[in-house]
Amino acid sequence: MQTSIAPSESRAGVPLPKRESALERLRKNTSRDKFLVLLVLPSVIYFIVFHYVPMYGILMAFKDFSPSQGIWNSPWVGLKWIREFFDSIYSFRLIKNVLLLNLYGLLWGFPAPIIFALLLNEIRRNVFKRVVQTVSYMPHFISVVVIAGMTITFLSPNDGIVNVMLDKLGLARINFLSEVDWFRTIYISTDVWASFGYSSILYLAALAAIDPQLYEAARIDGASRFRQLLHVTLPGIAPTIIILLLLQLGRMMSVGFEKIILLYNPSTYEVSDVISSYVYRIGLVGGEFSFAAAVDLMNATINFALIVTFNWLSRRLTQTSLW
Amino acid sequence: MTHSTTPAGRLADAVITAIMLFVIVICLYPLLYVFSMSISDPLAAAAQEVWLLPKGFSLNAYNLVFENPDIWTAYFNTLWYTVAGTAFNVLMTITLAYPLSRRSFFLRGPITFLVVFTMLFSGGLIPTFILVNNLGLYNTRWALIILGAIGVWYVIIARTYFSTIPESLIESAKLDGANDIRIFWTVILPLSKPIIAVLVLFYAVGHWNSYFSALIYLPNKDLQPLQLYLVKVLVENTGLADSVMPSEEKSLAIMQIKYAIIIVATLPILFVYPFLQKYFVKGVMIGAIKG
Repeated sequence: MQTSIAPSESRAGVPLPKRESALERLRKNTSRDKFLVLLVLPSVIYFIVFHYVPMYGILMAFKDFSPSQGIWNSPWVGLKWIREFFDSIYSFRLIKNVLLLNLYGLLWGFPAPIIFALLLNEIRRNVFKRVVQTVSYMPHFISVVVIAGMTITFLSPNDGIVNVMLDKLGLARINFLSEVDWFRTIYISTDVWASFGYSSILYLAALAAIDPQLYEAARIDGASRFRQLLHVTLPGIAPTIIILLLLQLGRMMSVGFEKIILLYNPSTYEVSDVISSYVYRIGLVGGEFSFAAAVDLMNATINFALIVTFNWLSRRLTQTSLW
Repeated sequence: MTHSTTPAGRLADAVITAIMLFVIVICLYPLLYVFSMSISDPLAAAAQEVWLLPKGFSLNAYNLVFENPDIWTAYFNTLWYTVAGTAFNVLMTITLAYPLSRRSFFLRGPITFLVVFTMLFSGGLIPTFILVNNLGLYNTRWALIILGAIGVWYVIIARTYFSTIPESLIESAKLDGANDIRIFWTVILPLSKPIIAVLVLFYAVGHWNSYFSALIYLPNKDLQPLQLYLVKVLVENTGLADSVMPSEEKSLAIMQIKYAIIIVATLPILFVYPFLQKYFVKGVMIGAIKG
C-alpha cells in the first residue's frame, strides 16, 4: 500500500518528499486513480449494501426483533435464542444430520471424480474419451429443481419407474421419499450423479500436467501400468487431492438447503432436516426471525472457524490456499 | 503412451471401456427415459411400457404443456432474468475485477479484502430477507437481478485473466493520454472476449437454473421464473391442477406432462452446452490457478 505511489510519482519526475501525511497521500492516490475508483464504486456499494448491511442485521440474533420496530429499536435479549436452540431437541439432530450428510458426501462424492479422472486418463482413444467427458459433465448443468423433480417422479410409489421395476421383479414397492432409511442414499447419490464428471476437470488438468518423461523412465525401469499409476500418477495429483480435501473439510458444517427442501418432508425430518433448511423453515416460513437468525449465526461462525482453520492447514501443508 | 499388448493390459483396457460405457448410460439414461416418456403414446406411457426408447408417438403432452399460459409466462420471465441478470452480473463483475487486477491501484488491498471476506462469512438468510423488504425490492423483478449481482469466485477468475494482460499496453495507452476508463473500454475489453464469454455462460446457467430467490422474494405468480413453476408441478404436485383439462384425460396425461415440462425446461441448456463446453472447462481452469 505505502509503496504503491512511488513508481508513477518518480516516473513523472516529481521528487518524492521524505514524509507525506496520510491525508496528503490519500488525496494524491485518489486523484491519480480516480477513474479506477469510479469503475469499482458501484460494485463496492453493492457489497456494502447487500453483504455488509446484513452482517449488521445479525444484531437481531441478540434481540427480540419485530419488523415494525426495526433492528436497532427492538429490545435486547442477549443469548436467549442461542440458549433456546441448544436446549431444544433440534440442535443435536440438526448438527448430526449436517455432519452425517457431509461425511457420506466425503466418502462417496470425494473419491468419485478422482477415480473417474484416473480411468479417463487410461483411455487412449481420444474421440471416445471426449464423448465420455462431454456426457459426464452434462448433469452439472441440470437444475437442482429438475434433478429433485426427476428423483421424485422416478421414485413415486404408484407410477415411478423404480417402483414399477420392483413390482415387475416381484418385490414390494417402497415409498422412498417417506422412508427415513432412504433419504441419505437418495441425497448423496443424486449429488454424486450431478457432480462427479464436472469435478473431475481439475484432476484431469493435474494429470495432464504430469511430465511424460516420468512415465517413460518408469517404463524403462520395467514398471507395469498399475505401478506407473501408483508411483507416477498418484503422486502427481496428490497436491490437488490434498487441497480439495482440505477445502471440503472446511465445509463440513454446511449443507445447502436448496435440494434438501425439495426432497424432504415431515416424515423424514429426523434425518433430512439440516441447519440451513431449519433456518429457512422457522425463519421465513414460520416468521421467527430472531431465533432463526441466531441459529444461522451460530452455524456461520462455526463455518468461518472451520474454513479459516483448514485454509491455514492447506497453506502449511501444500503452500496453496484460498487466500 | 502405447497400447497395451499384454493380456493383462488388454483386460484392463476392456474393463475401463466397460466402466466408461456404464458411466455414459448412468448419465444419459434418466434424461433419455424422460424424453421417451414424454413423446410416447399416452396409453403406452400410462401402462408403463416405456423403458428406454419411445413406444408409439404422440405430442399430446407437449400440446397440453404449451396450451398452458402459465408456462409461457414463466418461460418469458426466465428469459428476462437470464438476459437482464447476466448483463448486469457481467458488467458489475468486470468493472470490479479490472481495477483489482491493477497492481498500482491504491485501494486494491482493502477492496479485495472487502470482497473476499464475504466468501467466508455472511449475514445469512434472515437479515438479507429483512433488507430486501426494507429496500422495497420484495416482490419486484429487481430482487432477482440485484441480489447475487456479483459472484466472488467470478471476480477472482476475471481478475486473474485481466492480470495476464501486459502492463506495457496500459502504460502506452496512458502515454497517449487515455484515462483508466477509456483504457478499460478500448484496450482491455477487446482483449477480454474469452473471459467475458466464460462469465456470460456461468452467470446465464446460474440464472436459468435458480429457483430459491424467486421462492422467497417473488410471491407474485406473474413474475415467477420457470424453475419455480417446475417446483410447483414436479415437487408440490400443484400447478397443473388448475389447468384446463378434462379429468379423465388429466389422470392419464399428468405424468407425461411432467416429463414434457422437464424436457421443455432443460433442452435449451442441454442443446447449447456441448458447443460451449470448452468455455466452461476454461472457466474452471482459470479459477484453479489462483491469481
